[in-house]
Amino acid sequence: MPDWEGVRLHVVSGKGGTGKTTVAAALAMALAADGKRTLLIEVEERQGIAELFGISALPYEERRVASVGPGALGRSGTRGSTGKAGREGEVFALAIDIEQALLEYLEMFYKLGRAGKALRKVGFIDFATTIAPGLRDVLLTGKACEAVRRKGPDGKRHYDAVVMDAPPTGRISRFLNINTEVAGLARFGPIFTQSQAVMRVIRSPETAVHLVTLLEEMPVQETVDGVAELRSAGLPVGGVFVNMVRPPLLDEAAILASDGDHREELGLALADAGVGGRPRGGAGRSVPAATRKLVEPLLAQGREHAARVLLEREQRSDVQALKLPTYELPLLSGGVDLGGLYRLAAALKEEGAA
Amino acid sequence: MTAPTRKQQADPLAGVALDVDALIDNPSTAIVVCCGSGGVGKTTTAAALGLRAAERGRKVVVLTIDPARRLAQSMGLTELDNTPRVVKSVSGPGELQAMMLDMKRTFDEVVLAHADPERARQIMENPFYQSLSSGFAGTQEYMAMEKLGQLQATGTWDLIVVDTPPSRSALDFLDAPNRLGSFLDGKLIRVLMAPAKVGGRSAMKFLNVGMNMFTGVLGKILGANVLQDVSTFVAAMDSMFGGFRERADRTYQLLQAPGTAFLVVAAPERDALREAAYFVDRLETDRMPLAGLVLNRVHRTGAPQLTAERALAAAETLEQGDADAETDGGAGGSATAQESQGSQGSQASEGSQASEVLAAGLLRLHADRVRTITHERRMRDRFVSIYPDVPLVEVPALAGDVHDLEGLREIGERLAAG
Repeated sequence: MPDWEGVRLHVVSGKGGTGKTTVAAALAMALAADGKRTLLIEVEERQGIAELFGISALPYEERRVASVGPGALGRSGTRGSTGKAGREGEVFALAIDIEQALLEYLEMFYKLGRAGKALRKVGFIDFATTIAPGLRDVLLTGKACEAVRRKGPDGKRHYDAVVMDAPPTGRISRFLNINTEVAGLARFGPIFTQSQAVMRVIRSPETAVHLVTLLEEMPVQETVDGVAELRSAGLPVGGVFVNMVRPPLLDEAAILASDGDHREELGLALADAGVGGRPRGGAGRSVPAATRKLVEPLLAQGREHAARVLLEREQRSDVQALKLPTYELPLLSGGVDLGGLYRLAAALKEEGAA
Repeated sequence: MTAPTRKQQADPLAGVALDVDALIDNPSTAIVVCCGSGGVGKTTTAAALGLRAAERGRKVVVLTIDPARRLAQSMGLTELDNTPRVVKSVSGPGELQAMMLDMKRTFDEVVLAHADPERARQIMENPFYQSLSSGFAGTQEYMAMEKLGQLQATGTWDLIVVDTPPSRSALDFLDAPNRLGSFLDGKLIRVLMAPAKVGGRSAMKFLNVGMNMFTGVLGKILGANVLQDVSTFVAAMDSMFGGFRERADRTYQLLQAPGTAFLVVAAPERDALREAAYFVDRLETDRMPLAGLVLNRVHRTGAPQLTAERALAAAETLEQGDADAETDGGAGGSATAQESQGSQGSQASEGSQASEVLAAGLLRLHADRVRTITHERRMRDRFVSIYPDVPLVEVPALAGDVHDLEGLREIGERLAAG
């Protein structure tokens, strides 16, 4: 069974530069496997999703951005039990435009009609979101919660899961803790009611806040701090997604060996393999000059690698100390494209995140 | 503003080299602003530049926005107290101070500077002020620029290095002064404050139907108490509006002044460079003086002559050899043959086998490194071909994070060496 069975709203946060959007997209795809339907929501008006999927800027509407065919993410779980096997999963995306979200919201409560446009003209929207910073967040999280709760004509949930590419760790608790944010503002009225409803979803077991990190000191430290902050705010902490994990290219022995003095043997081995020229055979073999020149730079790279592996090991144990479900995503050299997203989604599925 | 030095004319993608030392040594450089997207080492770059400038003789203050704990500690900053503190153990003739921005306190300072104590108290107790000063999306950006203005006005330092907030978008910190300024003295807010100023009824006469609806809707969605808070806040701030606007304008002019240099910080990755390109465009549009691009965490190799393909092929040859040897050992020889060979021979072959494994590993590592470099170069070249005139410096990646002044010094050296 996947780790997040029952979770409908996945909030993905993390330090800037750790690849939140990528992880959120891969998670939405992984969750869509086995004929499910998921929604990927962007809240920072950056069009990161469009960029990632290589499509033109998303309008303020739910658009299908990817399909996950049966078996596209590997064989796990596609057969039998669910009865949905063989059906295509779908990923929808929505880039929330705050102005339009507010207008939509006003429309819902006040039936403004054309007056809405006038409001926009006089700068009302800008003004309202400025004097009430919490309003912006209520609208964003409110939209996500609406998508979570939306039901189809058959009474079933419209989306099996909603994944939100959320603000970075530094702002996440504040962003989700709508209640305290609007506490100083509305004490009644629709915004108040709305924020109560949003908070109920966010604090429920249907929500999980995941944090994305790299195996580097600052992002890991920020993750540790972020988990503590989420916990003290009473927000549901989900898993830790370790992104851009580099494959260990040298085994343990080689890492240790790169520390010692093996220049001569190494030079011979390299020469044997035809790097920089052939060694002169016989008993008193010597390393050709061209090969000799390579030994020191290669060893230096080996030492750097060893140092990094050790550092990563420390960081990994700090992540493990959090005792949260942890997933590792490989570094895709050359950046992430649509194909790469499928690979990452498959990795997440394999690890049980979906 | 630096004298760019052409490395070589032949290669159109070589670009113009950014001479960091010339920039920080130039006495007319008074402000350096480091900007760029999150996670590219902006704060570290600012700190390293500040340290280097100080050790080369300048009197420097570094304003950091939200430094990682380790980085703050490396400069001896342990508390967020909104005051510059002397960084100890700086060698050389100059002086370095560093501070972390406290946006709430900076906002309070602005209020205190413009209002008498009684009015200042009123403002600071207003719930709307409290959410504005600590929560408004642009406040951090605005206050960073405000603090820059304050630091500059004291005339205590001859170089101010500023880090910028990790914004939602690159636009934010350039726009914030104007946005908050125009918000605070905007028309809408004046309409809102009218009731509080003149007293309900009579003021309402002046409001047209649209405005009536506007305040009505606002009251409905936010709750009437919010409007009340806002209008009393605005009334209390009235005397300061001119001040805000003026300060915003002054900060903006300060950023455009010839003594200011913007450094756009990026990493050799698609997203970071896209954001950097955006910044470069924006700075040009706003006629802000761009000094150049700092490309952080660039990989290098000491063995560029060995291609990834050849390294991989050689690694395979070595591994193939290993596999063969293992098969030979497993299937081969009777017990007597092994005994007769003795321990000496097997030890020797063990040793050479270990070095073959090491060699193969190092070759694979090298192939990986070369591919990373190729990718980074492609990213860089794309930027250079679009912005051939933007001076650029590449900063080789450090193995770990910065923990102390020594680490910052190392980054500074790499910044200068390019």
